[in-house]
Amino acid sequence: MSTSRYRYLRPEVPELLRAGTLFRDGEKRSTRFSYADEMLVLGEQLDNVVMLNADVSKGMGTFTFGQRFPEREFNLGIAEQNTIAAAAGMAHAGLIPFVSTYAIFATLRGLDMIRNSVCYTHANVKIACSHAGITPAEDGATHQGQEDLTLMRAMPGMTVIAPADELTTRRAVQAAAEWQGPVYISMTKEPVPFLYDESYPFAIGRAVTIREGDDATIIANRDMVAQALLAAESAAAEGLDVRVIDCHTLKPLDEEAILVAARETGAIVTAEDNILVGGLGSAVAELLIEHGPVPMRRIGIDETFAQSGPYLDLLERYGLSAGHIVQAVREVVARKGDA
Amino acid sequence: MHTSPPVAADIRELETIAAQIRCDLVRMIHIARMGHPGGSLSAADLVTALYFQVMRIDPARPDWPERDRFILSKGHACPVWYAALIRRGYLGRECLDTLRCLDSLLQGHPDMVKTPGVEMTAGSLGHGLSAGLGMALAARVRGLNYRVWVMIGDGETQEGSIWEAAMAAPNLRLDNLTVILDRNRIQNDDLIDNIMPIEPLAAKWKSFGWHVMEIDGHEMAQVVDALEASREAEPQPVIIIANTVKGKGVSFMEDNPFWHGNAPDADQTAQALQEICAAAGLEVADVD
Repeated sequence: MSTSRYRYLRPEVPELLRAGTLFRDGEKRSTRFSYADEMLVLGEQLDNVVMLNADVSKGMGTFTFGQRFPEREFNLGIAEQNTIAAAAGMAHAGLIPFVSTYAIFATLRGLDMIRNSVCYTHANVKIACSHAGITPAEDGATHQGQEDLTLMRAMPGMTVIAPADELTTRRAVQAAAEWQGPVYISMTKEPVPFLYDESYPFAIGRAVTIREGDDATIIANRDMVAQALLAAESAAAEGLDVRVIDCHTLKPLDEEAILVAARETGAIVTAEDNILVGGLGSAVAELLIEHGPVPMRRIGIDETFAQSGPYLDLLERYGLSAGHIVQAVREVVARKGDA
Repeated sequence: MHTSPPVAADIRELETIAAQIRCDLVRMIHIARMGHPGGSLSAADLVTALYFQVMRIDPARPDWPERDRFILSKGHACPVWYAALIRRGYLGRECLDTLRCLDSLLQGHPDMVKTPGVEMTAGSLGHGLSAGLGMALAARVRGLNYRVWVMIGDGETQEGSIWEAAMAAPNLRLDNLTVILDRNRIQNDDLIDNIMPIEPLAAKWKSFGWHVMEIDGHEMAQVVDALEASREAEPQPVIIIANTVKGKGVSFMEDNPFWHGNAPDADQTAQALQEICAAAGLEVADVD
């Protein structure tokens, strides 16, 4: 029944969802490597694109850009502040720099530079970070960029994209290069499933409904889109028909898609691998409270630092798994009559 | 090579312009009733030499791709930058009265989006050298021929990011980058030596791979010579440690940490203009 509800998914994904084997080997990839591969394409297309690495070019896969375009790759070492402010200078001198490092290093160590030298100056800098959320799972809390979306969303003028898979990451890279102004791309260390086929209509600021449904809507981004799909599949077995929106662009937020979903399904669950403060759940709640409140719950990391462990185990431990999302769906559906 | 002809033919003329710029910036801060006079006055001779003699710029073409770039990384001293941009024709003289006003072109700290001639936003210390490094590197990538001049404060070198950039520039063999360090010995709270001493400065920069020059930042001939000589220091980036006096030219401001960030009242302003003009052989009434 549910198969026909899906949109833009690769043909095998619904079956994997039903079988619960979405994360099997060979069907997933870290989006950082999807990014590194697409940068090689972009480098051929645009000769003013430059790569700034900060000693994690092997972890990012972006050393390949230096191999292909040695005159346009600079590894500035373990020095994120210098790297990001240098990127601003390069942008103001006509280049399109992509800064590649881990979320925690760019968005925290480099935050002053992102605010004052990049965003405030409207610099055409792209900051592409892996290791967002708890996806650097075994590395532990110091490497888990669980607030990158919060911080980047707080920067005026920053466009914030958190793509869910290989295809949308590649599209995000192309879109970021075309976009005039600062863009932040949030990516995963942990491999995430290949979800989409070529028909996926990627555009910055346009959320995409990837599963139709009328009983409630799950709005998710980045690695939590896969959990949202698993949750919807599970909810379907209970007779709940749940819409799933891949809200890959956190800012600018697709307000129309969210308001329509709230109106048509009457209940919202947000799902993000990010602290609850200031991320996707906050953005959706802020919108709905002013323009159309419905029963809502937010799934995310709640006022804690996580620990080392396998990624899927961490999702379970910190309340982010599909099971937790399904429980939240049940709750909001049950509250629909209350208002 | 496109170059604009030097506006000032000789040292004496540059000194006169520096005095005019000092008068303008003191007036500006007085009218705004706030600002940072001390570090503006210490940098006045250096900025004058850059804008009226050394830099290859054309105020009529502020977007000329091969123009030299100046960044005032110690952004709080922007009154000296604004005064130079006004005198050099990037900004109208009416701007003088608008520092820090709502909707003014002249923000409290430099804003490249709002102010013609301002090449880089600054205010949070420790950004400008990195941004300048990026601009210098971009010249190489794009095959353009320009030089980047970055002025940093001595107190600013307490920022860790300065040393990230200091490490990177020589390793990148950036020979189109000159840093001017305004060594006025005072930071916001007190004398640098009483807060967090930074010496030996020359040895530090030399050990990072820079070509280091040291000058009196108020001797115009030395200033011009050092800036011009810095063009020839291939393949290294150059730092000119310019020994200066905070509040230079105004007796009650000189070497006094109070004048890092306080504005002179009407009487103090009158005295300041009198002293600056007297030293330069000018009449206050003529400097307008």
